[in-house]
Amino acid sequence: MSYLDTTGRIFDIQRYSVHDGFGIRTIVFLKGCLLRCRWCCNPESQEYAIQEMRQSDGKVRIVGQDVTVREVMKTVEQDRMYFRRSGGGLTLSGGESLLQYEFARDLLHAAKDQGFSTAMESMAGVSYDRIEAVLPYLDTYLMDIKHINGAKHREFCGKDNALMLENAWKVASSGQCELVIRTPVIPTFNDTVPEIRAIAEFAARLPGVEQMHILPYHRLGFDKYVGLGREYLMGDVKPPSRELMMELRDEVNKTGLRCMIGG
Amino acid sequence: MPSFNPEPTKKSERISRLVEHLFAKMPEIEPARAVLITESYKKTEDEPIVKRRALAFAHILKHIPIIIRPEELIVGSTTIAPRGCQTYPEFSWEWLESEFETVETREADPFYISEETKRALREIHPYWKGKTSSELATSLMAPETLTAIKHNVFTTGNYFYNGVGHITVKYGEVLEIGMEGLIHKAAEELASMNVGDADYPTKHELLEAMIISCHAVILYAQRYAELAEKMANETADPVRKAELMQISANCRRVPAKGAESFMEACQSFWFVQQLIQLESSGHSISPGRFDQYMYPYYKADLDAGKITRDQAQEYIDCVWVKLNDLGKCRDEESAKGFAGYSMFQNLCVGGQDKEGMDATNDLSFMCIWASQHVFLPQPSLSIRVWNLTPHELMHEACRLTRTGIGLPAYYNDEAIIPALMNRGISMEDARNFSLIGCVEPQVPGKTMGWHDAAFFNLCRPLEFVFSNGMDKGEQASIRTGELADLRTFEDFWNAYKKQVEYQIALMANSDNAIDAAHAARVPLPWLSCMVDDCMKRGLTTEQGGAVYNFTGPQCFGIANAADSLYAIRELVYNQKFLTLQEYKEAMDDNFGKGFDDISVREASVEIVNNLRAAGREPSAQEVAQIVARVKTADVSPEKKKKYQELLDKIDALPKYGNDIPEVDYLARDAAYLYTRPLEKYKNPRGGMFHAGIYPVSANVPLGAQTGATPDGRLAHTPVADGIGPMAGRDINGPTATANSVARIDHMIASNGTLLNQKFHPSALEGEKGLNDFESLIRTFFDQKGMHMQFNVVDRQTLLDAQAHPENYRHLVVRVAGYSALFTTLSKSLQDDIIQRTEQTSAY
Repeated sequence: MSYLDTTGRIFDIQRYSVHDGFGIRTIVFLKGCLLRCRWCCNPESQEYAIQEMRQSDGKVRIVGQDVTVREVMKTVEQDRMYFRRSGGGLTLSGGESLLQYEFARDLLHAAKDQGFSTAMESMAGVSYDRIEAVLPYLDTYLMDIKHINGAKHREFCGKDNALMLENAWKVASSGQCELVIRTPVIPTFNDTVPEIRAIAEFAARLPGVEQMHILPYHRLGFDKYVGLGREYLMGDVKPPSRELMMELRDEVNKTGLRCMIGG
Repeated sequence: MPSFNPEPTKKSERISRLVEHLFAKMPEIEPARAVLITESYKKTEDEPIVKRRALAFAHILKHIPIIIRPEELIVGSTTIAPRGCQTYPEFSWEWLESEFETVETREADPFYISEETKRALREIHPYWKGKTSSELATSLMAPETLTAIKHNVFTTGNYFYNGVGHITVKYGEVLEIGMEGLIHKAAEELASMNVGDADYPTKHELLEAMIISCHAVILYAQRYAELAEKMANETADPVRKAELMQISANCRRVPAKGAESFMEACQSFWFVQQLIQLESSGHSISPGRFDQYMYPYYKADLDAGKITRDQAQEYIDCVWVKLNDLGKCRDEESAKGFAGYSMFQNLCVGGQDKEGMDATNDLSFMCIWASQHVFLPQPSLSIRVWNLTPHELMHEACRLTRTGIGLPAYYNDEAIIPALMNRGISMEDARNFSLIGCVEPQVPGKTMGWHDAAFFNLCRPLEFVFSNGMDKGEQASIRTGELADLRTFEDFWNAYKKQVEYQIALMANSDNAIDAAHAARVPLPWLSCMVDDCMKRGLTTEQGGAVYNFTGPQCFGIANAADSLYAIRELVYNQKFLTLQEYKEAMDDNFGKGFDDISVREASVEIVNNLRAAGREPSAQEVAQIVARVKTADVSPEKKKKYQELLDKIDALPKYGNDIPEVDYLARDAAYLYTRPLEKYKNPRGGMFHAGIYPVSANVPLGAQTGATPDGRLAHTPVADGIGPMAGRDINGPTATANSVARIDHMIASNGTLLNQKFHPSALEGEKGLNDFESLIRTFFDQKGMHMQFNVVDRQTLLDAQAHPENYRHLVVRVAGYSALFTTLSKSLQDDIIQRTEQTSAY
């Protein structure tokens, strides 16, 4: 069986994405996550199971679809010319792509075979051999580090962060791909200078890491919680101000990293 | 070697004050021109028409009131009130008189009109009865054409009511040799003729008329020179005094003679631009390649140290303000189709020169910045893009797009040049193309393109297939068979094809009748002396004097046609979910979604017409009863359920605009149904017809005259705009839309195509956003797409602007082919803009 026949479960494919890697990209969202971050804007990504979600227009949408690499690539290839013009390509996101690491690996492999640039958004919370499997096909690893403090991480995301931080070191040391650290800035969780600064200092020490993205919290996922019949735990928390984001950016820049607000 | 300086210039403070002054009041209709032309026409009834036109133009220019507005550096105003308009009774006037009481309060493009003006116009209007171009055009049309027009299949109202305009003259030649140079050329042509020549009588008259017109323009500029000098003597402010003396000196010199400085060149350009729009009411007088013909004057002054880049920018900005100081009052229906007070003065930068080298220069950048500084809808700024367009210029263009002004529009040299060459235009001329009005490519100074010749609604012939040519109880088109006889999809397709072709022939008849009427009644000698080869041929542009002659009527609604044909093929012929007859019933019942006022009116008219056809004239009381019955008619719950099921089925089908080849290629074939048959028609000027695919904003008012369509579009709602997908149906993002649209043959639509895309500002954030945006445009153009333009706004902003127009008086939105002030658009058009799919980037 060809690697193009590997099957996986996705919940969306989004073209003309310009905030997740270089150039114009197509994002494939893989279903299933190992964390349960309270602010998650894609709550339908968390369960691996196929779900029903009621949209704001009242219609019910089936979230989750089993597809082969070949099928996904058919859509991805439709933007070949845009990738060529812009240097873009395929980005995997989720959920946590590595929960379906064979599917992820084969998607990236297929994209590389087509000459597309590849990127993956992931928090690296799986055993390293799974990460190692995808690295040969990966150009840019957009790795989430949400907090340095393990206890706080567990409280807000449902899991400890030790394995993730350890994997960050391993990926960086492998030198096999560009590593970019991404941090969502969440009021009530990590929106202070010392907390962001701690992540930045950790990132700056990782061999070869040059960039960090800080992504302001937004509440655009709210409707989806309603649609899934779930409670929105963030309540009325407001997005961080522009001033705060700029202050945090300057703080990150002090560590020698290049910091971008948004992707 | 091409060179340019991408370092931004400064905006002078004067510019904001000029803009503020311009927008302080509602635009006003002034009577001076109409009164003057009537005076002149009454005195010249025995003269040949070209001479009458020239004498009338001279009479107007000698006596029309003039004004220099506060702080202006470039002068020349057609009306005393800012943004006002004159009227042009020689084309049409009855609509205006009948709209006197509503023109000030109407939804689209209201104009103030004083009682005094109404009186003045009422006094002169009767003279024009029977003498207008529109009356002659009507009498020249075939009866079946008049029927088709009555049933709104297409509209040729633009040139029926108004001058043609839609032209780019040889601005460069005027800058170089001035009116005196043109007079000299005409005199030489006169001297070269033999009195026995076959065309001597007519050509002689025309050349004389051109000379009269040029002298009139010189005199007009002299009046400004004198006014400026008088004002200089009256002012105590030494700075303004010096400015006015400079203005006076400029107006004494240009446009009589060639320009000797950049400021003179700007002044000379403006007089030409302004006065073409006083000779005739035609809009879309397009400056074309401003960055090219103005450049020598800029370069010379800059090299000689006579001017700084910031000063040059201020003059350009002043010209930009002036381009917004012109108005045109259209009839109420047309105003809806062209909403936004737009004059469509298309000005383009960049692209290639005649030899295929990149033409970008300093002025290309400064034109983009001028639009940023002035932040008004005029000029309709365009950028020509080709494979070697410098990234720096594209970047500045994208930056302007990001401001939300809806400018510039992007045009693809790589598609347009071959498309024009296919029409018999030389390579050199094709490389030198510029744009007219919304999106129409042509060769500047050599073309009478009759662009924008008609709006053809592709949904109407589809309705005729279902009704076998009947409309509102009348046989409005040919019979193409009972529905039961259309046994295969091919039968249906052929019926549609026949309906389209029949209506195209009528449209050509309508255009040609109007064309002939313009040649006979409103030739334009002054305009013609600035277009090749009118002098040599001894013909005005209206009579076929231009080197290249075309008629370019545009269709719209391709997305509805494609989605409808796809739905019919699938649901009727493949799945056999319903019959054509059932489909027709569903559409007649508006899919059970209720009837609006238009439906009630139309259904009542149909019943009344049927009674009349049966030989019974209903009384007023009976008519009222019919209306009341129609109003309360409703669809049964069972039917409603059935219709909902049908709508859901339609909804689930693939739609054009989502990068789905099978429906996109159907759209391609549907477009050919219009673009191909059109090519065989000729116009009275010896040119051919060629298609455009764009709607300006006519998709809204003409949609209001279209019943429900098989794609699930409800009755009287807007039809799809341009070559793009139906609003709200493109859900796979801008690359998918672009891929779909590129599957239609743009090259055959050599009168222009239009793709409107709406972006949320977040998709263009930062340098990366701009780079990706540039890649999107370039990739669409790699696929030989012809044109792209963008609205960068968020929905919330637009909703708020709707609720509080007073806070958004300067909010500019690009509506299908041009920029307009959002708050001046009609509510339905605003809704249409808001409804368009927002292609925001991923969160």
